[in-house]
Amino acid sequence: MKKTIRKIFDKKHISRTISYLVVIAGFVIIQLLMNTIGIKSLFRSLLVPTCCYIVVALALNLVVGVSGELSLGHSGFMAVGAFTGIIISGLLEPYLAINWLRLLIAMFVGGIMAGIVGLFISVPVLKLQGDYLAIVTLAFCQIIKSLLNNVYLGVDINGLHFSFVENRISLAQGGRMLLSGPMGAIAITRLATFTAGFLLILFTLLIIYNLTYSRFGRSIMAARDNRIAAESVGIHIRNTKMLAFVISAILAGMAGALFGLNYSTLQPAKFDFNLSILILVYVVLGGLGNMTGTIISTMILYALPELLRGLQDYRMLIYSIILILIMLVTNNQTLKEKTENLITKIKSRFLKKGSVAHD
Amino acid sequence: MTKLVQYPSGAYVLERDADRTPVLETYHLGIDFGGLSAVNNFNIIVGPTEISGLIGPNGAGKTTVFNLLTKVYQPSKGTILVNGHDTSKMSTVDVNKAGVARTFQNIRLFENMSVVDNVKVAMHNSMHYNPLTAIFRTPKYYKEEKRIHQKALELLDIFNMSDLAETEAGSLPYGAQRKLEIVRALATKPSLLLLDEPAAGMNPNETKELMETIRGIRDKFNIAIILIEHDMSLVMNICEGIAVLNYGRIIAKGTPKDIQNNPVVIEAYLGKPEQED
Repeated sequence: MKKTIRKIFDKKHISRTISYLVVIAGFVIIQLLMNTIGIKSLFRSLLVPTCCYIVVALALNLVVGVSGELSLGHSGFMAVGAFTGIIISGLLEPYLAINWLRLLIAMFVGGIMAGIVGLFISVPVLKLQGDYLAIVTLAFCQIIKSLLNNVYLGVDINGLHFSFVENRISLAQGGRMLLSGPMGAIAITRLATFTAGFLLILFTLLIIYNLTYSRFGRSIMAARDNRIAAESVGIHIRNTKMLAFVISAILAGMAGALFGLNYSTLQPAKFDFNLSILILVYVVLGGLGNMTGTIISTMILYALPELLRGLQDYRMLIYSIILILIMLVTNNQTLKEKTENLITKIKSRFLKKGSVAHD
Repeated sequence: MTKLVQYPSGAYVLERDADRTPVLETYHLGIDFGGLSAVNNFNIIVGPTEISGLIGPNGAGKTTVFNLLTKVYQPSKGTILVNGHDTSKMSTVDVNKAGVARTFQNIRLFENMSVVDNVKVAMHNSMHYNPLTAIFRTPKYYKEEKRIHQKALELLDIFNMSDLAETEAGSLPYGAQRKLEIVRALATKPSLLLLDEPAAGMNPNETKELMETIRGIRDKFNIAIILIEHDMSLVMNICEGIAVLNYGRIIAKGTPKDIQNNPVVIEAYLGKPEQED
């Protein structure tokens, strides 16, 4: 028992422990607030999307921070997960009344679909490096969006009906459209809950940390830090990068499914290039490879535009300026040194007090 | 003094290795960079327990040879056999799996990782569990991680580095970094170890220690070693066969004694004696 506790707090695992603690503390605080003084409905509606963005940002950090490849396609994986999840949930609705189970299945299948798509893309894409990879993933995200804009899918007693580009589906009585081109999915049964979002974040952290502290994590980081040396000790660069990429895609797909099932309507246009950039901003601000930082930066930056709603037209202008300022401040070397000095000073003072108390 | 004997092909090899398959054979190996030939007609045979040296003036193409052997560069001509297997279709990773490990002239450690993790990275291919096992932490994961951790520590212990196991590799002193690169290379269980200037930047005492280490590696792991080195005392002391490279071609091969007295080698290093008028 003592050994386990020591292991949780030792130097190597402390960052992992902090990540879990931050997430659990956040969940408990928000639950308490909801049950006591209550939260404005605006903020309540932000809870699930925030969880989804945190998961996608963590997933992207696995690719950008841990594996060291720039991907701009994560909104594409989210879209695949979202619409797969919506379709699965829609198909299961008449047969399965338990909401959480349907949500779980939808998220699972959504994640798997996104993973398969990720695997397909990673084969040609991971032959490239750096900027080229970023551009190709960006193109991929546009392709997914355009494809989804043209898919019509309906279901009735005769089964599934599918058409592409034009809506030529005529459904029998009692049939429903699952996807209708640019209008996306309409009349979705909203299954997503804050608790599900919280659990998905924990699951994501579990996967990312467990992967990082394994032979695969070591080789992913080795491939990032020194490609030639990694190859010279028998590490297959493309396979390790592919592993990180596909797992990241699966997680983004699961978050997408949860995201999609949080709204009653969802258009493919929602998952555009801007979304990929937005998530990348969360990752960069949170720190490459820093999971706790990613969680906190996502919470702050996602809530910020909503907090600035009172400024109306100037909202995005102010938001952009704040973003630039945050980036400048967090990357300021002298400021970093000063805060570090301050922390060591505080630490030494506390330690001194502690030793006095001992005497 | 070890004796050289002739293979049927005409190449010389140590007497004790004569009956065994050579660990490395190259035939007419060469590479061109944009029409300029960097290495040309490079032929060597290395026995399974031989320590051999590759020497030559700066820019002679020594490191290029290592990069060819490990397939960092794909050769333009010629063949390389490792333990008798043709490597023409192999990648760097495959060559390592076939038994060739190396160190680098400019140290290439995974600087942000701990010393023991650097060694464990190199043991990746001797571990057996899949990503799902890693993510869901089945007992197999713990068993394998424990086994490999133990093995890595044992290997570090041979080089008196086990007490540095948790230190960040980038913060090690220079000599220790060089040593760690050798340990990391050995962790892949090679049959041929390529050392690129292992004594660079070391003082005479460290060099002497390194000499013992290299000999110790050969005796303990029973493998062949090729080293590139400018420190002639080291080369002449521990190498049993030497090849001299100049302008991408081998200009002399033989025992240290042969090389020391070879006028062609002396000329390559010191230049032609000036003609008197």
